[in-house]
Amino acid sequence: MTTLQHDLVIIGGGLAGLRAAIEAARTAEKAGKSLDIAIVSKVYPVRSHSVSAEGGAAAVLRDYDTFDLHAMDTIRGADFLADQDAVEILVNSAPSEIIQMEHWGCPWNRDEDGHVSVRAFGGMSVKRTVFASDKTGFHMLHTLFQTSLKYTTITRYDEWFVTSIIADDKEVHGIVGLDISTGSFHAIKAKAVMLAAGGGGRVFAFTTNGSICTGDGMALAYRAGAPLKDMEFVQFHPTGLPNTGILITEAARGEGGYLINAKGERFLEKYIPNKMEMGPRDIISRAIITELEQGLGYGESKDGFVHLDLRHLGEKHLKSRLPFILELTRTYMGIDPVIEPIPVRPVLHYMMGGVHTDNDGRTPLKGLYSAGENACVTINGANRLGSNSLTECLVFGARAGSAAAGYIFETAGSDKDLSTFAERDETKIRTRFLTERNRGEKVSVIRKELQATMEEGAGVFRTAKGLNGSIEKLAELRERAQRLQIKDSTRTYNLELVGALELDFMLDVADTIVQSAHNRQESRGAHVRRDFPERDDEKWLIHQQANMTPKGLKIKKSPVTITKWQPEERKY
Amino acid sequence: MLERRIKVNVERQNFELQEGIYTQSYEVPVMDGMMVLDALNYIRDEIDSTLAFRWSCRMGICGSCGMTVDEQPRLTCQDNLNEYSDEISVAPLNNFPVIRDLVVDIDDFMQKKLPSVSPWLIRKEEAPLDEGEYLQSPAEMAKYADNSACINCMLCYSACPVYDMEPNFVGPAAMALAQRYNLDSRDQGSGARYSVLSGPDALWDCTFVGECSVACPKGVNPAEAIQRAKVEAAQRWAKSIIMPWSQK
Ligand SMILES: Cc1cc2nc3c(=O)[nH]c(=O)nc-3n(C[C@H](O)[C@H](O)[C@H](O)COP(=O)(O)OP(=O)(O)OC[C@H]3O[C@@H](n4cnc5c(N)ncnc54)[C@H](O)[C@@H]3O)c2cc1C
Ligand code: SF4
Ligand code: FES
Repeated sequence: MTTLQHDLVIIGGGLAGLRAAIEAARTAEKAGKSLDIAIVSKVYPVRSHSVSAEGGAAAVLRDYDTFDLHAMDTIRGADFLADQDAVEILVNSAPSEIIQMEHWGCPWNRDEDGHVSVRAFGGMSVKRTVFASDKTGFHMLHTLFQTSLKYTTITRYDEWFVTSIIADDKEVHGIVGLDISTGSFHAIKAKAVMLAAGGGGRVFAFTTNGSICTGDGMALAYRAGAPLKDMEFVQFHPTGLPNTGILITEAARGEGGYLINAKGERFLEKYIPNKMEMGPRDIISRAIITELEQGLGYGESKDGFVHLDLRHLGEKHLKSRLPFILELTRTYMGIDPVIEPIPVRPVLHYMMGGVHTDNDGRTPLKGLYSAGENACVTINGANRLGSNSLTECLVFGARAGSAAAGYIFETAGSDKDLSTFAERDETKIRTRFLTERNRGEKVSVIRKELQATMEEGAGVFRTAKGLNGSIEKLAELRERAQRLQIKDSTRTYNLELVGALELDFMLDVADTIVQSAHNRQESRGAHVRRDFPERDDEKWLIHQQANMTPKGLKIKKSPVTITKWQPEERKY
Repeated sequence: MLERRIKVNVERQNFELQEGIYTQSYEVPVMDGMMVLDALNYIRDEIDSTLAFRWSCRMGICGSCGMTVDEQPRLTCQDNLNEYSDEISVAPLNNFPVIRDLVVDIDDFMQKKLPSVSPWLIRKEEAPLDEGEYLQSPAEMAKYADNSACINCMLCYSACPVYDMEPNFVGPAAMALAQRYNLDSRDQGSGARYSVLSGPDALWDCTFVGECSVACPKGVNPAEAIQRAKVEAAQRWAKSIIMPWSQK
């Protein structure tokens, strides 16, 4: 089979991947060099889950604001586990990235004077979140996608599912991808590969993430020998719609919405009186769960909810600032927020952890880069602040794109013959999944049990016992997943096979989450251990990096970079 | 909660199996508030794992899940089963080649038609970033806001009788997106776009049936965008004859 070839292969066409591709193309243009870039994505780029981001992207754009203030908010939000050099890069580069997006046509909301508007967001001490209505991710993604179309040096492989990264212990050589529509496997040779494959929220049952968010990029890196850092930190967003998990953006509170318990109280008074609804997500999610456990919510505590009340904001304001929220609540709940409160409960939203990178997206594996939710730089530490992630995709996507281009200009590229790799993956996958069929269980059965055990053990509140239970359950599921029942043996658009491959990735990702969480015997940010309720800087002001070894998962510790903000008690 | 059972008749095909196009029926228990997409996911998870269809966001924004439901192009993740009888039909979107089951081939739009209208902001000169944003008032934004809401779901192409007859027709969403940039006060590239729009298989092929705007689940109104573009294109053409130096 012929081997395809590009200089840079980017896995993922979401915000981080597209921003990286454009920056790599521009870097080459400026340097007067040629650079052949490919974006490989399992869905058309505009379907990437970045599309669903609602609230906005943070950047210091106003005179009343400063870089230090944005940095301090981020670091405090992160419960001091963010790497402060990375945070400084984020806040310093954010404004020009936001303006760059504007120059490419992104329809940021405007004030009457024609300047870009800002709104309040949780944990941000001043208004600094720019937004495009309440469809910010949608507008950013389409702006970047459409802008990418003018670069003829970018080739796309749409609806190609990456099955492995080809690497030896020295460097990366390329990838293997499954062309979903034909069912054929191909190797693509590359001087550098970038993982921008997003997060893996679907390892939980109740999530704001779309069906495609299965953590593939994290598992691909892990299997290729790159470590996954800070995996124990997953974020629960306080306000998801019951049943579907569809997100009600934090901007709803930023615009002035209240959280109310069944007694009609603004209960955050008891938990975070100085910030109330504008507190960080970890604290508010815990407050809601605590209210539910005390019987102060509506319904059973396990799937109960509190109310998000927007009625006092008035129809006009809601229509102009939160039109998508009106559409979502009407369509999926049959509720009109103009006259009724919205039922909400905490929902798995985001993974702070990911592939360990330096500030230019480099992973420890030569030639392998990563950016976006897939990566862990880390500006998010133990708890991400809302609206920092879209900015992260831009800032670190661009940096990784230009760093990868620079690396490629200096690299001859390996002469490794990749012709056998596509067949290797194909044989392995077909043998495992498509021969001796009908012996085991369905993909959907294992997937649901995996999601249930993650909710059980790795939720908002954790204990050693619960995490142990999940670790054991995952081992059992991995065993059972060796014998999946896949009915469909055809090649054309075989989504049952794709689902099995995703499940296989999810099992790895889930394992790194529960094992890292079990190991970390303290409570910090979004990781709260009932058996270790305090933060312990002496022992745990460190990152954990999970490595895949022949003997299973091994954790290595690495220091947190502190520049000018010494850890202190996290008070609001 | 009220539960009922419905019959979902799905149009299926997989050319590898050489069974042609056939209808397969499934019984699905339906809870209040379930969408057509939820029924399909129930089928795939509980009854028949071989059924192929696309979806991701399940919140009406990624544009993956367009299908033909009871003969109409619909975005299935926001298509409430309460609005249907106890028997529904689900088929792939019309006017596209079918890859398999409910999955259609839209590469023609994604790889050719959309890029053909230069859907990006064109400036004679890029201003340096440190000079800040190009100013734009909320009123100026409002002019292109509807056109910028397109999620590329392809329902409009599926509804379009011209596209049905003429696969080269640039089509509603691509033209609406061209207009999205033409109407943007920051853009200086409408000349290039109008030369494509006034050329073959574009504006002048549209017979203004308006089915696209009826089908659009996001309020884009491609029919109106095309009408306005026609007026503008005609004026530019007239001007170019009377005052050939006036072209931008
Ligand atoms: C509902 C919601 C609302 C949010 N709102 C905000 C907000 O207001 N502000 C904010 O800052 N953040 C927000 N976030 C977080 C933010 O949107 C995401 O972290 C960010 O968009 C991730 O972008 P990404 O480019 O890293 O990944 P994604 O956009 O998820 O893209 C991943 C890409 O990888 C590809 N891919 C994955 N696996 C494979 C594979 N095996 N083979 C090939 N391709 C693959 C996919 O096709 C896709 O193109 C929100 C998140 C959610 C879920
Ligand atoms: S114009 Fe409307 S119907 Fe057509 S692709 Fe865009 S959103 Fe879909
Ligand atoms: S699943 Fe995304 S629009 Fe329907």
